[in-house]
Amino acid sequence: MYKIESKNVDFFYGPSQALKNINLAIKPNTVTALIGPSGCGKSTYLRLFNRMNDLIDNTKIAGQVIIDGDDIYAKGVNVDSLRKKVGMVFQKPNPFPKTIFENVAYGLRVNGITDKKFIEERVEETIKQVVLWDEVKDKLKKSAFELSGGQQQRLCIARALAIQPSIILMDEPTSALDPISTSKVEELIYELKTKYTIVIVTHNMQQAGRVSDTTAFFYMGELIEYDTTKTIFTNPKVERTQNYITGRFG
Amino acid sequence: MKTFYKKFSEKFIEGLLLLSSTITTLTVLLIVVFLFKEGLGVFNQKPVEEGFVIALNKQNPVNKLSSAQLKNIFDQNITNWIEVGGKKDSIILFRMEDITNYYSEEQIGEQYENLPQCISKVVDSLPNIIAFFSTKYLDKNFQGKQLDIDKISFKEFFSGKEWFPTAQPSAQLGVLPLILGTLWVSLGAILLALPLGLAAAIYMSEIANENVRKIMKPLIELLAGIPSVVYGFFGLVIIVPLIQKTFDLPVGETGLAGSIVLGIMALPTIITISEDAMRNTPRAMKEASLALGASKWQTIYKVVVPYSISGITAGAILGIGRAIGETMAVLMVTGNAAVIPHTILEPVRTIPATIAAELGEASNGGLHYKALFALGCILFIITLIINLTVEYISNRKKYNNR
Amino acid sequence: MKMPDENKLAKRKKWNQSIAFWIFRLLSYFIVAILFSILSFIIYKGVGVINWNFITQMPEEGMTKGGIFPAIIGTLCLVAGSMIFAFPIGVLAAIYMNEYVKDGIIKKSIKQMTNNLAGIPSIVFGLFGMSLFVNKLGFGDSILAGSLTLGLLALPVVIRTTEEALKAVDDTFRHASLGLGASKWQTTRNVVLPIAFPNIITGLILSIGRVSGETAPILFTVAAYFLPKLPTSIFDQAMALPYHLYVLSTSGTNIEASRPVAYGTALVLIIIVLIANLLANGLRKYFGKKVKMN
Repeated sequence: MYKIESKNVDFFYGPSQALKNINLAIKPNTVTALIGPSGCGKSTYLRLFNRMNDLIDNTKIAGQVIIDGDDIYAKGVNVDSLRKKVGMVFQKPNPFPKTIFENVAYGLRVNGITDKKFIEERVEETIKQVVLWDEVKDKLKKSAFELSGGQQQRLCIARALAIQPSIILMDEPTSALDPISTSKVEELIYELKTKYTIVIVTHNMQQAGRVSDTTAFFYMGELIEYDTTKTIFTNPKVERTQNYITGRFG
Repeated sequence: MKTFYKKFSEKFIEGLLLLSSTITTLTVLLIVVFLFKEGLGVFNQKPVEEGFVIALNKQNPVNKLSSAQLKNIFDQNITNWIEVGGKKDSIILFRMEDITNYYSEEQIGEQYENLPQCISKVVDSLPNIIAFFSTKYLDKNFQGKQLDIDKISFKEFFSGKEWFPTAQPSAQLGVLPLILGTLWVSLGAILLALPLGLAAAIYMSEIANENVRKIMKPLIELLAGIPSVVYGFFGLVIIVPLIQKTFDLPVGETGLAGSIVLGIMALPTIITISEDAMRNTPRAMKEASLALGASKWQTIYKVVVPYSISGITAGAILGIGRAIGETMAVLMVTGNAAVIPHTILEPVRTIPATIAAELGEASNGGLHYKALFALGCILFIITLIINLTVEYISNRKKYNNR
Repeated sequence: MKMPDENKLAKRKKWNQSIAFWIFRLLSYFIVAILFSILSFIIYKGVGVINWNFITQMPEEGMTKGGIFPAIIGTLCLVAGSMIFAFPIGVLAAIYMNEYVKDGIIKKSIKQMTNNLAGIPSIVFGLFGMSLFVNKLGFGDSILAGSLTLGLLALPVVIRTTEEALKAVDDTFRHASLGLGASKWQTTRNVVLPIAFPNIITGLILSIGRVSGETAPILFTVAAYFLPKLPTSIFDQAMALPYHLYVLSTSGTNIEASRPVAYGTALVLIIIVLIANLLANGLRKYFGKKVKMN
């Protein structure tokens, strides 16, 4: 049983086709890296899984995206519930203009949870989960903007985890961070794998190699190659993948 | 030679540009100088018009009267000396024209040559008299005592409850009713305009599609461009009669009419500035909220509005500033009664309206003229504070976003 | 802890959202309705009054009949006078701030002062104009005094719009010109200004719209209650449209009888503002496209 499957997915921004016939299946509790040169469609593809592209006017999707056996683009799908199940972490840390506590509690509150004690427990639990508790436990009531970039990004991950998603989408989560913060986030990804299915878009080849189990290489809106990370990095079947990975273009 | 010429002309032009850019600064400074020089002059003057004296009988223990007491005495609100610290006796008023009650025209003389003496005698003969007359007719051996009148004090000016700058014998220059009137009307305006303006800003920046926005934006600009006198005219012929009918009032020119007109006029400021602020909310922040399962509406009130709160505040404060400084529209619809208002359905008078209505009648350089400049100073200070507050808020925002 | 029912929750969220959005939509439409009611009321009442005679004749019979010609001419004089003063100075000041001076204390303080000037209520300009131009400099109530007062009022507007226009010019143009050995002023004059020109003109038009409707600054510096002749020099008093409307609607000899003239005057004022706004928007669009095509 696959966690995420996409079948013959095409995607259009207005008249231009951004994704061409993507077929891909992701197993539960794995980390999948989407790699490829900029503009290859990997981010667009990632944003299909929580229907984030719905927000952009003039877009169109064809084919099926199936999560837990259900087509998420079928009629009558509750998008809010889908997004609760599929968490997302963005390129730049983007905490809300609220306190550290309220940032993590946000997802719970907007999803109708009012039990104070439950919220407090869940917030503490998730901040511990992202190994941020010791750093922020004394300033939960302070603005999230006071944290460093790396701390902010871990807070954003905690924010996504608080509503207990089963899938986490990460759109270049470390591109705005320094090397030390980056390695902390990578460690975190490694630990989170046991509970979640993670799909990560990255520009950084080493990162893909370090954190992912499977890797998908995109080029010009097409899925060129999809295999275990080991195979992609040591023995790619397509020459273009090899060229990209060895840094001959991109 | 040519390079020298080029260099010289470059320097010359730069100097010219510098000069132009200092003109705004210069203007602000000049405004301050002129406004405050004339305005502060008020506190150097006595409320009794120059060339007039107030005199009492020598035996009267009262030596000093405030301008409010003077006014009340001559308005016969105070009729007994005991009320102002004297003996228990009723006050006898004496104005120059009252002399005919005491002396015949022959006694005064055709050229009023005996008038000074007559006045002196009257004052001397009546222990309870208070006399007000021109210094021209002050006898050399005047038998009464001239009353000492304080210069207008800061406290009196700002806490005085009455504004009768042309009252005789003593001008009443209490700006409290004007300040309260101004704040009253502006507050009403902002209470009406803020919810409306905020709603429109949210609608335009977050809800409406691009086409609707493209139509609404120039309309709001147009609303900002309509001259205030046209708003005033519209208020006068539509809103004022409407209020009069609805609330069954003797006059429709009320604080409420002013608030409504000012509210409409403050809308464009509030809408434009808060819309700008909301559109500056990073897309990623909105997406993060939606990605957590929040609805669009939840995202707006939980993320977009808090994020842009300083811009919204700035818009609201600037809107208040507009309302406080607005002259013509208010002048035309508020009825201009210089009393402290108790309800929004009474006529009120604002500071700018007072200046506009009275400056034409005030004699150049006189007490009234200076008092109006002092009002200008108050207005200037209020708007300066508002501007600096807005500046501070927007600077703080930049710091937050770093 | 029981989790809220997903479907119920979704329904509630959707319901809240559509109520909120409808409220906002209605309030926004309400604002537009206010605007249209003001415009249509004045157009409806005024359109019957306006004709060739109304625009070209002197007021008659205590301003209850006849035209508003001297007020139109007066306003034209004031607009022209204030712009002759404010436009060049404003543009030069904006050039200095955007092209010459670097970010720092000077720029900041000039900016601050310009902002302060923009925030000063128009009636205070009136007070200032009266004490400086009318009394101190002895211009008396005159077109000169009124124009200068209005010019000072318009100055921050001109500076701001010009600055925006200059900022919108891409730095590559400047670098290209400077790289060819052109001086700063040559670059500004030959490269930056021509590109920014349409936007600067847009700013000019908008300030004309603003100035033509201002009443408070001219109350004590130029405006005449009733003056059935045209000004012959800049030291003459003049009538002006906004002041004329004020007088007609509040203190004319016969307020009821002069109402039609008031409606006509209000309409003329509105038309001026409308034309200014349309022209400005049109220019923006026209030149905006043109620049993109290049």
